[in-house]
Amino acid sequence: MGVPIRVEVNGRVYEHTVEPRLLLVHYLRDVLGLTGTKVGCDTSQCGACTVLMNGLAVKSCTVLAVQADGAQITTIEGLAKDGELHPLQQAFWENHGLQCGYCTPGMILAAYDLLQENPNPTEEEVRHGLEGNLCRCTGYHNIVKAVLDAAQRMREG
Amino acid sequence: MGQYIGAAIKRLEDPALITGRAKYTDDLQLPNMAYAAILRSPYAHARIKRIDTSKAAAMEGVIAVFTGEDIAQSGVPGVVPVGWLLPDLKTPPHPLLARDKVRHVGDGVAVVVAEDRYTAYDALEAIEVEYEPLPAVVNPADAVKEGQPLVHEDAPNNIAFDWSIGDKEATDEAFAKASHVVSLDLVNNRLIPNAMEPRATLADYNPVTGELTLWMTSQNPHIHRLLMSLASLGLPEHKIRVIAPAVGGGFGSKIHHYPDEAITAWCAMQVGRPVKWQATRMETYLTDAHGRDHVTHAEMALDENGRILGLRVQTYANLGAYLSTFAPAVPTYLYGTLLSGEYDIPAIYCRVIGVFTHTTPVDAYRGAGRPEATFVVERLMDLAARKLGLDPTEIRRRNFVPPDKFPFQTQVALQYDSGNYEAALQKALEIIDYKNLRQEQERLRQEGRYIGIGFSTYIEACGLAPSAVVGSLGAQAGQWESALVRIHPTGKVTVYSGSSAHGQGHVTTFAQIVADKLGVSLEDIEIIQSDTDQVQYGWGTYGSRSAAVGGSALAVALDRIVEKGRKIAAHLLEAAEEDVVFEDGKYYVKGAPDQAKTLQEVALQAYLAHNLPKGLEPALEAVAFYDPPNFTFPFGTHVAVVEVIPETGEIKILRYVAVDDVGNVINPLIVDGQVHGGIAQGIGQALFESAVYDENGNLVTGSMLDYAVPKAHFLPSFEVDRTVTPCPHNPLGVKGAGETGSIASPAAIVNAIVDALAPFGVEHIDMPVTPEKIWRAIHGNGRS
Repeated sequence: MGVPIRVEVNGRVYEHTVEPRLLLVHYLRDVLGLTGTKVGCDTSQCGACTVLMNGLAVKSCTVLAVQADGAQITTIEGLAKDGELHPLQQAFWENHGLQCGYCTPGMILAAYDLLQENPNPTEEEVRHGLEGNLCRCTGYHNIVKAVLDAAQRMREG
Repeated sequence: MGQYIGAAIKRLEDPALITGRAKYTDDLQLPNMAYAAILRSPYAHARIKRIDTSKAAAMEGVIAVFTGEDIAQSGVPGVVPVGWLLPDLKTPPHPLLARDKVRHVGDGVAVVVAEDRYTAYDALEAIEVEYEPLPAVVNPADAVKEGQPLVHEDAPNNIAFDWSIGDKEATDEAFAKASHVVSLDLVNNRLIPNAMEPRATLADYNPVTGELTLWMTSQNPHIHRLLMSLASLGLPEHKIRVIAPAVGGGFGSKIHHYPDEAITAWCAMQVGRPVKWQATRMETYLTDAHGRDHVTHAEMALDENGRILGLRVQTYANLGAYLSTFAPAVPTYLYGTLLSGEYDIPAIYCRVIGVFTHTTPVDAYRGAGRPEATFVVERLMDLAARKLGLDPTEIRRRNFVPPDKFPFQTQVALQYDSGNYEAALQKALEIIDYKNLRQEQERLRQEGRYIGIGFSTYIEACGLAPSAVVGSLGAQAGQWESALVRIHPTGKVTVYSGSSAHGQGHVTTFAQIVADKLGVSLEDIEIIQSDTDQVQYGWGTYGSRSAAVGGSALAVALDRIVEKGRKIAAHLLEAAEEDVVFEDGKYYVKGAPDQAKTLQEVALQAYLAHNLPKGLEPALEAVAFYDPPNFTFPFGTHVAVVEVIPETGEIKILRYVAVDDVGNVINPLIVDGQVHGGIAQGIGQALFESAVYDENGNLVTGSMLDYAVPKAHFLPSFEVDRTVTPCPHNPLGVKGAGETGSIASPAAIVNAIVDALAPFGVEHIDMPVTPEKIWRAIHGNGRS
């Protein structure tokens, strides 16, 4: 039994009929083909699937597509505007805040949410703010550096 | 060297990764693609009495359901082989799907192919399997005892191999005359790699041409193609193409050849459609080869001055239920050979018993044998220092191989290429301001606060080599690397490398080598890897080999390009070849740089072939197959400063300082990043991570909920620095940089904790050092 949904993703409106049990992350990846959002676990621990739903970070493996009906979603594909990287993307690049890149889309969107709430975090606040996202490559050292750097760039506008 | 090698160039691969454009295996879709899901045993040891797939097969959306019997009847070889043979090694067969018995929780039993993921998983639940549960054994030291359940009938006492290295007699003599002996019983905890991207495969078989294309999460596509062809599928090697697209980390876990990828390929051949499989995270916990898992007794003999006389080690190494691809090498040639550490030890003997248990197979995980060896040696050094009343840095100094003794032949087969251990230690001491820190420690102790300072002065052997030697030790693989450099008629450059990055950034570091050697800009260079149809051959990326072996192959090929170009340029300039210099991308006659021919001009002439020197072939490309003369030997000093709260057992890492020497550095940004990641995994082992089995062989830590992959707030920022002692035997002077962190840090952390707890008489705590273990150590007998 399909359920009709209408979702705005990265500024574009999509209408589909989906199974009620379809996870948002599979809707984004398999139905819309937006594969920037990753799946890294099945227990909502790793945060690789983090997207913005109505401006707030959610783990899209823990949201049903039908729950996103009527919502605005931003995925990593929608973060750069007019070919300009978002300051977070720029900061991750310049601070070598990624290696394999698999956690990066989720990490960047979790950091986006963090900086929205706290535009001037301390290192400690960044570390705690990212506790829902795992990275196995960087030891977080350069991720933390990147988020602090992005915070400064965003404050300076 | 020019402006690129040594520069902190931001990575060329990042724009695709930070915008979500990079394609990993599970991101790929093919027309008419189906999905596979694998049914796994819930028992560690059981006889399969009956499998009924009929209900699953009848479900809507299910295309096919197969069992091990179906694979056997299809006539393919159908096994997963072992790629390293030791003398008298037991090599029981490892079928793609279990037929008679299951031997660990997670052993594959059946596979469903369905129209979509969800249906495939629904169908798994409809498969009926009748098991007869059998008793299991999980601990390697127990598994060798009489009367224990056998994992394989043809491996008595569950022993896969009984291996030794060194001189037993000389070592026993050293102990007989020793003034001091320290000993240690330890468990090196089992780890789960946890690359963020779970393993995955997309298989596409064309029955008309007989060609199979596999996109898969691989660190070494050519090895996977070889083993798929020979042992699993029986397809001719030239009809198989393995491509590793973007790969989300590996740390060893994507070296190995597992059943699942071969099953997926076999399914694609049966159903005549592309088939995709991606492991769930819980499946990766049950099937990705685990790391470490040693039970060790070790002793060190010293004279009255703290000079080491001998080292004696016995280890039970858990291999799990089957021999994974390189499993026999890890606790032997990558462990026993490293036991000399940074020290001149006159007598060493090490015996390792490799043991089958009803657990997930164990194989190389970041460091692979070397963290285990470092932990043994560096813990014993601290125990010896305490026993002799020496500062832990002083006892190390007294035993360091001095800089003038290189190349240094150890008593356990290796010949260290170059080193300056004192310099790295000295630098680390300066960074932490050691003298004052010790005083501060003493002052705080008076106040009832317990900080500890832990050292790990480690050695690493990486870039396994040369092939003939590695082969004589049992490797069923070569250890050279290839590079093909093609200069296009417009002067642009494409490099085809046998290395296979999965997060390391080879596209950037290799481009830096090219840019310097050819004087071209980074934008004009393309680095191709990870595709068996594009790259002639390669052994891939593991064991910190890519810069030292793959980079060296590239350097040699680039030199050949320059030489061929010189012939053409000399001809065009009407000069003698020996008078023509190549600098910044231009050839010119010495003293006449104004009359230069650019590489681009030379390349165009090479392709037009209108006016080439007599006998010279057209085009401008070169290939190199580089087989190194020796391993490289990075080293360094890591220092951890921790505070332990005795009341709660809580541990705070106050500082973590790493001074590594990886030889020449191509890109400091990338090398530092490798060090950070390795330290984090080592701290994970020391404090948080452990794969725990219950007595029935259930993996208790079977998900990310239960297994503590470190989070950002578990870790401090790291202070990394380096010394530079170039590798004397490769063209770039580089050593490996990928594993130093995970090799050095567990010992540094545990040494720091034990140092903090010295007033309580604590001598050792096994990893992971949890608050509970600390509390028990303080309130117990000194050993947890």
